[in-house]
Amino acid sequence: MASVLGTTALSLSDEQAMLMEVARSFVRDQVPIERVREHLESASGFDPAVWAEMVAMGWSGVALPEAVGGAEMGFGAVVPIIEALGFGVVGTPLMSTILAGQLLVDAGAGAVDDRLTAIASGSVATVAFLDGGDWGAPQRSVVVQANGSLSGCKHFVGDALEAAFFVVVCEYEGEPALALVDRSALAAEALTPNALIDLTKRSASIDFSGVKPEQLLTGATVAEGIERYRLYGALLCATEAVGTSHRCLTALVDYMTTRKQFGKLIGSYQALKHPTVDIYCGVEDARSFVYHAATLIDRAADPSDIEIACRMAKASATELIGYAGDRSVQFHGGFGFTWDCDSTLFIRRAQWTRQVFGDAGHHRKHLARLLLDPVINSG
Amino acid sequence: MTESATELKRFAADVDAWMAENVPTQPDFLLPLSFLEVGTEQQLDFLRQWQRTVFEAGFLAMHWPTEYGGQGADPAYQAVVDQALARYNAPILFNTIGLNWVGPLLLDIGSHEQRLRYIRPILSAEEIWCQGFSEPDYGSDLGSVQTRAVRDGDDYVVNGSKIWTTLGNFADHMILLARTTPNLERKYDGLSFFLAPMGIAGVDAQPIRKVTGEYGFNQVFFTDARVPAGTMMEGEGDGWRVAMKTLEYERGVSAGQASGHWIVSTQIDDLIADLKGVQRDGEPLFQDPLVRDDTVKLIMEARAMALGRKRMTVPALNTDYPMGLALSSKYRGTEYARRMKLFGAAMQGGHSALYVDDPGAIRGGFWQRAYFSNFGATIGGGTTQVQANIIAEHVLGLPK
Ligand SMILES: Cc1cc2nc3c(=O)[nH]c(=O)nc-3n(C[C@H](O)[C@H](O)[C@H](O)COP(=O)(O)OP(=O)(O)OC[C@H]3O[C@@H](n4cnc5c(N)ncnc54)[C@H](O)[C@@H]3O)c2cc1C
Repeated sequence: MASVLGTTALSLSDEQAMLMEVARSFVRDQVPIERVREHLESASGFDPAVWAEMVAMGWSGVALPEAVGGAEMGFGAVVPIIEALGFGVVGTPLMSTILAGQLLVDAGAGAVDDRLTAIASGSVATVAFLDGGDWGAPQRSVVVQANGSLSGCKHFVGDALEAAFFVVVCEYEGEPALALVDRSALAAEALTPNALIDLTKRSASIDFSGVKPEQLLTGATVAEGIERYRLYGALLCATEAVGTSHRCLTALVDYMTTRKQFGKLIGSYQALKHPTVDIYCGVEDARSFVYHAATLIDRAADPSDIEIACRMAKASATELIGYAGDRSVQFHGGFGFTWDCDSTLFIRRAQWTRQVFGDAGHHRKHLARLLLDPVINSG
Repeated sequence: MTESATELKRFAADVDAWMAENVPTQPDFLLPLSFLEVGTEQQLDFLRQWQRTVFEAGFLAMHWPTEYGGQGADPAYQAVVDQALARYNAPILFNTIGLNWVGPLLLDIGSHEQRLRYIRPILSAEEIWCQGFSEPDYGSDLGSVQTRAVRDGDDYVVNGSKIWTTLGNFADHMILLARTTPNLERKYDGLSFFLAPMGIAGVDAQPIRKVTGEYGFNQVFFTDARVPAGTMMEGEGDGWRVAMKTLEYERGVSAGQASGHWIVSTQIDDLIADLKGVQRDGEPLFQDPLVRDDTVKLIMEARAMALGRKRMTVPALNTDYPMGLALSSKYRGTEYARRMKLFGAAMQGGHSALYVDDPGAIRGGFWQRAYFSNFGATIGGGTTQVQANIIAEHVLGLPK
């Protein structure tokens, strides 16, 4: 009987190590947190100059095939970049765009190369996925009607206002399908922006009713691609959360080694010290899961191993950032409760991260199915 | 596959065959779950014989130099053996303090003569080792220990008491931390480290009973015991540094241990197998949503630690906290094991109330005993709370 502990594959390619270096120094040198803060209340939530630089470095196409102008480094190459951006609490449409591109690669099989080329050169794309608040739902309430136009709404569509085009998860003749919709096909009133808890993120509800998609993707690869999108999305959000939690940890340690009360640095009090150690251990765990999942994806490992790894990554990172953000506010005292303290960014990011692509309990429920059912139903 | 990988595979097959042939069946008395609970002569004789058998087969300390009893092999070979020992549910290799702390310490900073004198009998289990660090008044605050060692001719005359001394009643030697110079401004500078013989006059070990009902540790009394000065490691006043090095091996921060097989392997897989048949609210235990969720959390924790060990071998993923994964492994591992074993003990319905002597206990009360026994790991070798201080201060740079 195989162990429920499963595989421990984990490696980092030279290319990934190099991307990690580059992304970390980019965030450190180009996007200090003050620069992030300048855009918290703007419409887009990010600095277009920062986005332009990221595109110039090829990040939107890092995993895309060379044929469409990508670097074809594998999906695992995205991970060190997203981790570094998470550390910087940098909100840009990179994650939405990469996930949309990957979904098209997985589902579209060459039929969508012009769109992929556009993504590789920096065109913002996003997946219109959620029918409502339930990440676990089939997301098929937008339907392609007999006349070829769509009916229904999508919700919490990431970076919708910035997107040049949408990959709409929908239903066609009773089967899952992907509808490609250009921004120009939508009336301005079709988009209703959300007021999000994470000030670095943006999303909107979109009414696709009456819109005629420019292209419809159907077939087995679409259904598989959508399932993979759920997992890759969970992985990237987990990756970002690892970076942000790590940043939160360093900020906490900085404060604990400068702020004094009762004549002592507050970092010497175990009531603060020991929970901070647990945040540290959480960062190490979640980081291991994230690179483990990335390793399995790049090795095209057994799909259920990939699924397990992605779900573990998200379950672990979600719990981590929730705890880190919460303790960060508390351990900064009154200052921690202010808008100006970066704990604000961390605790707000934590609430957004928790739900996106399913919370920890959601993933553990699937993990129980994947890990326990084969064992308890045998012999 | 590379040549060495092929060779390792062949070796694993040999080891498997040897285990199938040589691992003894469970005797009709209870064996200890770890080296911390060797309580009877019967257990001692059995375990001594088993360790000797493994050593003579060439399956112990394979990565240690041949001149001291090892095989000069790659550590991967010992890892293969250790995995096989766990898989075959083999008795533990109980001379752990010698095998995993003293041996590596001697190979690290001992003299050639000391290695020649001590290492082979450690491996063959002819000589048992114990550790005399903790005292009744000083445990976590190890730097304050008061047992006195006063130079007199070729000996140090030792007075005082050590406590919680695992294997102390059976041991031939003790790594002894004693105060050679009292009342120094820096208390650590007054300590010295001895490879002290136990069979001398004035040394008396009294067994102490544990929560599990078993024995295994002792209080050791020194009354004018004459410890030869030649057994001191490094110089007078160097004891703290040597003790800290020892603790690195004990806590698994440094590698080089003779074998990882010092405790009955207990995995979440065993828990699932043992409790599969338990009913809860009229359904199989692992259909209960809350039980499933808790079980998945434990599986994730175990995998995270296994991945952490793997990640230690990927330098580019250890740049932020270079020693972090190693320094936190005891903190993580022992606390995880405690919670996992508690879960195994607690999820048995009415059977959770039974202990090892009850014939109706699930797997002979293994989980209840394992849960209790595990406190040896969360308290011994520096408590969980002290480990958290160490991580906070040495990994994160927080103040004392
Ligand atoms: C099964 C077992 C086997 C052992 N074998 C040996 C052996 O072979 N040789 C040997 O020398 N010792 C041995 N020990 C002793 C062990 O190392 C000590 O028990 C341990 O270091 C704790 O010391 P203490 O018992 O004096 O507890 P104390 O130090 O008195 O601790 C009491 C409580 O206070 C907490 N505490 C203490 N200091 C701090 C602090 N600074 N910050 C936060 N919390 C703190 C502790 O975590 C603990 O919960 C063994 C112990 C056990 C349980």
